[in-house]
Amino acid sequence: MTIEQQSTGTSCLMTLEHELSIYQAAELFTPLSVALQQHQELELNLSKITEFDTAGVQLLLALKRAAQQQNKILKLSHHSAQVIEVMELLNLASTFGDPLVLTR
Amino acid sequence: MDMASAIQTFMEESAELLQELEQHLLSIEPDEQPDKSALNAMFRAAHTIKGSAGLFGYDAIVSFTHWLENLLDKLRAGELRFSAELVTLLLACSDHIKALLESIEQPQADHQLQGLALLQQLQSYLQPTSLESRTSDWNSVTSEPSTTELKHQLWHLSLRFGPDILRNGMDPLSFLRYLGSFGQIRYLACIDDQLPELSRFDPECCYLGFELDFESNASKQQIEEVFEFIREDSRIRILPPHSKLAEYIQLINSLPEDPQKLGQILIQGGALTAAELDEVLGIQRHEQQASKSARPLGHILVDETIVPAQVVNAALKKQKQTEERKNQETRFIKVDAQRMDHLINLVGELVIAGASATLLAARSHQPALVEATSVISSLVEQIRDGALSMRMVPIGEIFGRFPRVVRDVSLELGKEIRLDISGADTELDKSMIEKLGDPLLHTVRNAIDHGIEAPDVRQAAGKPATGTLQLHAYHESGSIVIEVSDDGGGLNRQRILNKAIERGLVSHDAQLTDSEICQLIFEPGFSTAESITNLSGRGVGMDVVKRNIEQLRGDIELKSIEGAGTQVRIRLPLTLAIIDGFQVSLGKRHFVLPLALVIECLELDNTHNDQQYINLRGEVLPCISLRELFHLPKDTHLKRQNIVVVQYGHNRAGLIVDQLQGELQAVIKPLGQLFKAVQGLGGSTILGSGEVALILDVPQLIQLAERHERQQIGCSPNESAADLDSL
Repeated sequence: MTIEQQSTGTSCLMTLEHELSIYQAAELFTPLSVALQQHQELELNLSKITEFDTAGVQLLLALKRAAQQQNKILKLSHHSAQVIEVMELLNLASTFGDPLVLTR
Repeated sequence: MDMASAIQTFMEESAELLQELEQHLLSIEPDEQPDKSALNAMFRAAHTIKGSAGLFGYDAIVSFTHWLENLLDKLRAGELRFSAELVTLLLACSDHIKALLESIEQPQADHQLQGLALLQQLQSYLQPTSLESRTSDWNSVTSEPSTTELKHQLWHLSLRFGPDILRNGMDPLSFLRYLGSFGQIRYLACIDDQLPELSRFDPECCYLGFELDFESNASKQQIEEVFEFIREDSRIRILPPHSKLAEYIQLINSLPEDPQKLGQILIQGGALTAAELDEVLGIQRHEQQASKSARPLGHILVDETIVPAQVVNAALKKQKQTEERKNQETRFIKVDAQRMDHLINLVGELVIAGASATLLAARSHQPALVEATSVISSLVEQIRDGALSMRMVPIGEIFGRFPRVVRDVSLELGKEIRLDISGADTELDKSMIEKLGDPLLHTVRNAIDHGIEAPDVRQAAGKPATGTLQLHAYHESGSIVIEVSDDGGGLNRQRILNKAIERGLVSHDAQLTDSEICQLIFEPGFSTAESITNLSGRGVGMDVVKRNIEQLRGDIELKSIEGAGTQVRIRLPLTLAIIDGFQVSLGKRHFVLPLALVIECLELDNTHNDQQYINLRGEVLPCISLRELFHLPKDTHLKRQNIVVVQYGHNRAGLIVDQLQGELQAVIKPLGQLFKAVQGLGGSTILGSGEVALILDVPQLIQLAERHERQQIGCSPNESAADLDSL
């Protein structure tokens, strides 16, 4: 799993690739939380996500909550089909507040 | 396991269940539906028979009873209603099962045909008409449930996952997807209040939970199974939809009444799963260990929202009902008849031995010993009464058959007959019950067939269209009396007389009293029935009935008023093996008679030796001198004799004896075959002194006395003055 990171001032865009699941959760956690800490706004591009499980959801939820507490912004964008399916299953669209648009 | 005795038990229980089913069916009033408990009892009867028959592999019974059970199920669910035809059909089915049970070893071909015919009729009730089913389809298409209604049909699942499930390779999402395969998730909320701050967040730990509403036809068990692998570590709560509650409660109420624990009842009702029960028992155990007192199971179930309160209450109620029923059931136990007889024999020996001890004590003139043996005697008396009363069975057991007989026969003959039963708890000895059944049945059939007239005939005669048949039983001085009365046409005196003359039983100018005419009925082959039905009229009835009754040492008498009705009265002695007796003696010979039949004792002035009757306070009392009867030697030293006045039924007589000895407990020992023909003796007993005393057959003696009296009255006017003087 690789992360592509682009920082522009106070915002950061990270594109997560392939799997966002239990296997990657521990690994991903540190860079993501650091990125959030260092920036005012963090956007996660999820267009390349092929695997998305509860651990992945949980991770994003934890980040969202932290962002809210720190008065920062966490944005999820370009959700892949898998991500959308899970979001809808778990009714999380309103929790994250991001528009769900199918990229493909 | 002993197969034979298991089969025996099955047969007995099935017979009892069929009896119960029949009773419930017969008690259904026209235009009324039976109540819930009756419906359930009927269903359970069929269900249990089917189940047990299945255990033994009696497939014919299983397959037939299966349909009966289906029908009864629909009836108890209110999908079908009772009608007179349906009751008749169900009774026929019950009979059929009885027949199948009886011929279990040799299945009969005609049973099969009969069974098929009944099945066809059953099925016509079971299949709804095509019109009905189409209507219901249409209804379900056009109506849509509102959202609140929908909410009521939704399962509510509350899932709180254990922290390690993610590490263990489980993904809650896959469970949710699986749920979706047999239902629809209508609403889901993700519960993340357990999520810690980022600094303490462990990505591999699970902090999430879900609350969801799930629409599905699955059972609680099925839903629970979805979460099987994470049950242990997570808190899974599955709450049934509101509509299910009613279903659970109904299921619980209809459970068979076996003693069960609360948990079991709930599981059977579908409101609780086995895994949940384990969990709750674990909680209870934990509480017990921790604080030495645990909440009752029901409380934990409600507190933990595993089972809704209403369902727990229904289960508790069921449990209580079952316990009460169980307490009632354990009031009766089956006892081997042989053991009972053995016990009674021993009691008999005890009576004799006790009498002997009492006698010796009396002779010893030691007050303490006399007192002690007197106490023993009293206890023995109580044991005797208790042991003998175990053999007594209420006559209601026989009477219970008759509602069915009356119903069937009156339907067949097109008559309307009401059956009144009273005194059903009058008891008689078990051995008599079996032998009484047939004579009584025949008498009842006669009453219905010949006694009670057809409704139009009755109305023309100014009687109500419905005839009344009364079965009444009561105790009377040592006997049990059974009366079968009807308000029908009575015996036609002239017709009977004619028939008797025709058969040469009486000469055509004989003058017979009414009671003598009635007695003609009991002649073999006698019948004045205009037409022979398959019930009666063949003339093989009343004489056999009379013989059967006499074999039981009873008697039968008939009273009739033409146009108003007939009464048949059967009297049977309550022969107990041990009786309270009254001892008398003639010279050195001792005799015992049943105390219950003794009315009074008088002194007899010895001037009139050969008394045939005496004047008892203005009443003529026929007498018998036992000395004469038994050809005992005269005792010239005797100053005074005594008369014991005895009564049997409405008849009295005086027995002339020498001395009165007093009361005793007498164990009746039968006389051998050799002595059966002896008039006036009904057995023997052993006295405390070891001597044998003969037991007098009082009814026979009374009859003898009456006969003498009648002869006396009927003899020619040229009586000797001496006889007249003795009046």
